[in-house]
This record gives sequence, structure tokens and C-alpha cells, in this order.
Amino acid sequence: MIDLTAYLLLGTVLFGIGVYGVLSKRNAVGVLMSVELMLNAVNINFIAVNKFVASSQVIGQLFAIFIIVVAAAEVAVGLALILAIFRQKKSVDLNDFNLLKW
Amino acid sequence: MNLSDLVFIVTALITVTAAVGVVGFKNIVHSALSLVLSFLGVAALYFQLQAGFLGLVQILVYAGAVSVLIIFAIMLVMDKDPDESNRSHAKQKYWGGLIALLVTLGLGAAIGSTIWPQSSGSLPEDSVGALATLLLGDYVVAFEVAALLLLVAVVGAIILAKGAGEHD
Amino acid sequence: MLSDYSTIGIFLMLTLAFPLAAMGMAWAVRPKPKCKPDDEKLLPYECGVDTIGRTWSRFKVNYFLYALVFLAFDVETIFLFPWAVKFSQLGLFAFVEMLLFIGILLIGLWYAWKEGALEWH
Repeated sequence: MIDLTAYLLLGTVLFGIGVYGVLSKRNAVGVLMSVELMLNAVNINFIAVNKFVASSQVIGQLFAIFIIVVAAAEVAVGLALILAIFRQKKSVDLNDFNLLKW
Repeated sequence: MNLSDLVFIVTALITVTAAVGVVGFKNIVHSALSLVLSFLGVAALYFQLQAGFLGLVQILVYAGAVSVLIIFAIMLVMDKDPDESNRSHAKQKYWGGLIALLVTLGLGAAIGSTIWPQSSGSLPEDSVGALATLLLGDYVVAFEVAALLLLVAVVGAIILAKGAGEHD
Repeated sequence: MLSDYSTIGIFLMLTLAFPLAAMGMAWAVRPKPKCKPDDEKLLPYECGVDTIGRTWSRFKVNYFLYALVFLAFDVETIFLFPWAVKFSQLGLFAFVEMLLFIGILLIGLWYAWKEGALEWH
């Protein structure tokens, strides 16, 4: 029988894949996509716990909605930042984003 | 094993495979399309968790709008060989893999060794209505702040994407 | 538990099966060429022109700005929908809250308009 543990482990695996993408990708857009994966993993956790542990209310789902809203704002600003940097450096490779390095 | 277990296993496999595709493909357009499939798999999981409204929101916002935005951004910034557009760092690949593996194993062990309290009740019948009552009742400040956040994000993103020097 | 959404599942399987069946049928009844198509056949169709440059060219930033405004109002719908479902029970206060919410987002649309994000030059 599928229970809470199965959903949480699935969320963990998705989160781990996201962590790998964030740490290893060279394309800034690829990093942002990995961040989206991690946020999805968190949402799975919230909704699974809402159903199996605290199901008298829908607070977990409400929280997931706010996470989705913040993620939408994050991806909009993140991609606009990448576009702005691309206009300056003509590259989306994170190795080229070295203005603040010394 | 009954039918709902089987459905869970199939959707979980699709979701995880698509997520591996997001970090695995060398072409970033393939990664983005794989990301859409992963979003849809997560939406199917929400439907199984009796969170139908969240499933709809997932399809509407993530698979609909966010992926469109990501694909448009990819179209705007591509300037080299598409098949080389989503490479990994040569050395950081191994460190990243190691850290991700450790995070996953650590969290998995913690989840496996925890005894979760089980609730006896079931979700409210009218979960959309319950969400509306919470959203416009107890959480109304967060609701209005979400609108402000979206406004600031849209304005900031327009300024950044258009470029400060290009006013005419 | 599953029965509520099993209709959607069946529908999904049907929509997957239909194009596969249509394409499989087309594959089954089409004439099979004896040999591989030659270069002449693989040329662009007679009214087409040969493409110039790479397909992987960069696009205008307006695509992104349109998608941005679309994203903002897409997110707005996820708040509008529960409100609309419970509209009659929630009363005037919720109505004013929602007007405020929409008003705040309309400022974003007005800004996008003012900045020319919705124009196509």
C-alpha cells in the first residue's frame, strides 16, 4: 500500500536530482530549471503530509499555492536577470559570470 | 498490489525519469521539454493525493506558463551549438553528484526512520471552498502580499529584460 | 479514491490511443516505396525556398515580455477560481479584497503597457 513514506521518498529523489542539476550545470537556464524541480519536490511533501498527517484542514495545499506563486515570481525575475546578463556578456555560461570575482 | 498503487508507481517512474532527463540531456530544449513532462507527472501525483485543485494549478501555472517562459528565454539566449547547450561542469559534476547523493540518502534515511503520526480524518469534501475560506479569511494578508510580489516581479522583470539603456 | 479521476484517466488513454491509431492506420495503408527516396524527393516542396542561416537564431525580447504578462495573470486565476466558487458565502469583504488584488495586478499590466512591452515593432 502506498503511504506517506512513498510520497516523501519520491519528493526526496526529485529534490536530489534538482540539487545535482544546480551544482553541476553550466547553463544558467538549466540551473533555474533544476530549482523548479526542487520546488516541485517541496510541494509534493506539503500536499502528501497534508493528506496523511493533518487532513482536517487544507493548510498544506494553501502553502503549496503560495510556493507556486513565489516560484512563478522567482522564475520571471531569474530569467529576466539571465537575459540582462546575456546582453552584457553574450553568454549564459555560469563560468563567464565573473564580474564579482577577484 | 492494487490499481492505485500501480498508478502511483507508473506516475512516479515517469516523473523521476523526466527529472533525470532535465539534468541529463545535452540539448537544453530537450531538458525544457522533459521538465514539462515532469511537471505533468507531479500534477498526476496531486490528483492521486486528492488535491485536484492543486493538480489543475500545477498544469495551468507550471506546465502552462512557467515552461512557456523558460522556452522563450531559451530562444532568446541561444547563440551556440544547441547540442552543447546544457553541459555540466567538468569537475563540479562529480562533487555535485556526490553532494546530491548524500542529501538524498540522508533525507531518505531520516524519512525511513521516522514514525509518522497518521490522521484519522479525511480531507474536506469541498477543498476548493475550504481553500477560499482560508485564503480570504485567516491568510488574507499573505494573499494581498502575493499580489504585491507578483506586481514587483513583473515590473522588475520588464525592466531587466528590456534593458535600462533602451528607452526611447 | 481513484474513481473520481478515473474518467480523466480513461479520457487520457483514449486521447493517447487515437493519434497512435490514426498514424498507425495511415502507415498501414500507405504505398510502400521499393527503394529509399532519392535526393530529388527530399528537396523542399516546390513552393518552398531553401532556408538561409541557422534555424537556431535568436528571437525578439517581446516574446518574453508577453509570456511574463501572461504568467502574472495565469497566477491570478489560481486565486480567482476558489474565490469564484465560494463567492456567495464570502460576502462583501472578500469582494473588496479581490478587487484590491486585481487592482494591484492591473498596475503591472499598466506598467507593461506604458513600457511598450505589448507593442510589436
